Amino acid sequence: MTAAATYPTTTGLDGETICFVTRDQYISAVAALKDDGYEMCVDVCAVDYLGHPGRELPEEIPAARFEVVVNLLSLSRKQRTRLRVQIPESDPRVDSLFELYPGTEAMEREAFDLMGIVFEGHPDLTRILMPEDWEGHPLRKDYGVGRVPVQFKEAPGPR
Amino acid sequence: MALEDLSHNFLTGRLEDLVRWARRASVWPASFGLACCAIEMMATGGADFDLSRYGMEVFRNSPRQADLMIVAGRVSQKMAPVLRNVYDQMMAPKWVISMGVCASSGGMFNNYAIVQGVDQIVPVDVYAPGCPPSPETLMHAILTLHEQIRTGEILRRPGGAELDAPSDAADSDSPWTPEITSTVRMGTPK
Amino acid sequence: MSAGTRDVSDVKRLSELSSETREGPQEMLPRSATTSAQLGRESGAVLRLPEGHVLDPASLDVERPDDETMIINMGPQHPSTHGVLRLMLELDGEFVLRTKPVIGYLHTGMEKQAEELTYVQGATNVTRMDYLSPIINELAFSLAVERLLHVEIPERATWIRMLMSELNRVSSHLVWMATNGMDVGSTSMMIYGLREREMILAFYEKTAGLRMNLNYVRPGGVAADLPDGWEDDVEIICDTIEARTYEYDDLLTGQPIFHQRMEGVGTLSAEEALALGLTGPLLRSTGVPWDLRRAMPYLHYDEVEFDVIVGTYGDNFDRYAIRLNEIRESIRIVRQCLEKMPPGDYRTQDAKVTPPPRGRIDASMEALIHHFKLFTEGFHVPIGEVYTAVESPRGELGMYLVSDGSPKPFRLHVRGPSFVNLQAVPLLMRGGLLSDTITVISTVDPVMGEVDR
Repeated sequence: MTAAATYPTTTGLDGETICFVTRDQYISAVAALKDDGYEMCVDVCAVDYLGHPGRELPEEIPAARFEVVVNLLSLSRKQRTRLRVQIPESDPRVDSLFELYPGTEAMEREAFDLMGIVFEGHPDLTRILMPEDWEGHPLRKDYGVGRVPVQFKEAPGPR
Repeated sequence: MALEDLSHNFLTGRLEDLVRWARRASVWPASFGLACCAIEMMATGGADFDLSRYGMEVFRNSPRQADLMIVAGRVSQKMAPVLRNVYDQMMAPKWVISMGVCASSGGMFNNYAIVQGVDQIVPVDVYAPGCPPSPETLMHAILTLHEQIRTGEILRRPGGAELDAPSDAADSDSPWTPEITSTVRMGTPK
Repeated sequence: MSAGTRDVSDVKRLSELSSETREGPQEMLPRSATTSAQLGRESGAVLRLPEGHVLDPASLDVERPDDETMIINMGPQHPSTHGVLRLMLELDGEFVLRTKPVIGYLHTGMEKQAEELTYVQGATNVTRMDYLSPIINELAFSLAVERLLHVEIPERATWIRMLMSELNRVSSHLVWMATNGMDVGSTSMMIYGLREREMILAFYEKTAGLRMNLNYVRPGGVAADLPDGWEDDVEIICDTIEARTYEYDDLLTGQPIFHQRMEGVGTLSAEEALALGLTGPLLRSTGVPWDLRRAMPYLHYDEVEFDVIVGTYGDNFDRYAIRLNEIRESIRIVRQCLEKMPPGDYRTQDAKVTPPPRGRIDASMEALIHHFKLFTEGFHVPIGEVYTAVESPRGELGMYLVSDGSPKPFRLHVRGPSFVNLQAVPLLMRGGLLSDTITVISTVDPVMGEVDR
């Protein structure tokens, strides 16, 4: 598509276009895709790549610890597009998509709650799944799973 | 609990049996369905595995009117205070069935988000294993509970000060231990 | 969080827990803090304000100043059997002004747990998410893994998956009909819905061994072949349920009280639905004919005939009618699966992915080693990422899977349809009556396992 072609793209396993954008280009890229016919934002999620052996990125995009992944859907063209933004660990902030797609409100709250990414411009960025006074962001790779050792009769110990 | 204060004789023995029959024949559950086990609990209340045959089809919405809390489903950290709150609102005598492995021990979710067994929060009388326990398993758990109520074994629970029988021993310093006079039969009562 | 003691007589700790009921500032901002842009989005296309009103917050407060409204709490333990959803409602008498859904009471950490389980075990984790349609969760997960593995699934496995998915859709919609009927006041509908569902669950028990949370659809195919005599069982299910949908029509659709409670209540427009990212019966009730099985077909949905049911007014009654007719359409698909089921393997023969049959383990060393490796370590999935979406009874269920070459997922993110659909609840409830909140929640059909994961 003309809107996505201005950014470095690859093709996904289902034939969808995957755009890689920087944080500054993020909002304008999503707005351009929305004008291009992507009526629905299906999913906004965050991924913590700490400990990943190495993912494929275009040369002009430096790899960072966090990634915010936005899946868009065009009902008229029956196509999906994915946007991936690199978020550095030292400054985990990115703009919120709430003004463009109000449906991202709950998804961004979840990404904040579980991964610690701050979405600027979000109307109510509070914890949504964990209790309000919880400390830490559970889905990060440096946050343990919280497993309780279970005593079985013959087992050698925790897995 | 006046029942336990009466000295045991033929008449009060009959009265005890009558009260225990009344208690076990109309246990009203409080609706505390959380996850997948709640759907199996609803199925047990449905037409094929009718809970109404035990007088239990009325799931009381107010915990103050309920006797039994069937904790059906996984209890998350956010839900735990709510669970305790609902349990506290129930009137004695009250019982708890921990339905499913997630309620009994945390189940397959041994992580930060799930309380590893509701017996960390409320005292449990019967544990029903399964993921989810089929309606037959839940009914077996309910019948086990009925059996416990019938033999009165359930009233001799440690830590429940108001339910204790007055002890004849003058020695109040020794830790109270339950004496099981008759074993609880697992299975359909005669 | 420590494991804690198991000594129940630790009264002090228990009393601490019971005093921790208030969980902090889940507060609603005062009305004056709402910007006009947000109010415009809340009111949207629904005409609840008189004509000629500029959306100025101050002018709205003339009739209902802040201190005349009441904020009440509904849930998380409440009789409507939609799980542990908590709603904070701002009421002006009987009218609902603003709503804040509070979720997280069933948060299970499934996405974190998925990183601890291998891909072979992954279906057991994901299946407990949307517990009314477990097969469809497993299907989405398996499709995502198979896409990363580049493995081909045999034809029979695909058709078996379709058969089980559509039966699951029927069973999920039957539970919806049962609970919706119960919410509106018809206890009979609860009994009928659960009774029909028992037939499907009996078939599941015969095929997979379990009634719910089946762990049947796994990466590589399905766990076991259909049992002998399954054609007769499925045919009895189809005939019985199809005939009974006409009974439900008599019970509910033909009843004026039902119409009054459901028609015109909780109306939604197509623009609002698309802006909020709603899918499934919510989106289709507004008139948008978007069904992933028709628009972006997976499995063999392009080879079966079925209609996509679309509503007109976007109200509760449309959503009820859509789900009732989707039961009929799914029965139609099941009948076609019955006719077209090909013979063959029920799972891929790739030995690196599928465990060998149990009998062969005694005979072949290689089979023993494969079995051992697959069940202790699991199979390795090449580095990559994929987003796969299927049409669950609630909408678009998506799995975003990132792999790192190890036998466990690196990141599994589940796009739960109910999580996104719940954002419609404040919009649907605004301006309605308190008694309509129950039917609105019911027709949005949230399954909290999927909302909270």
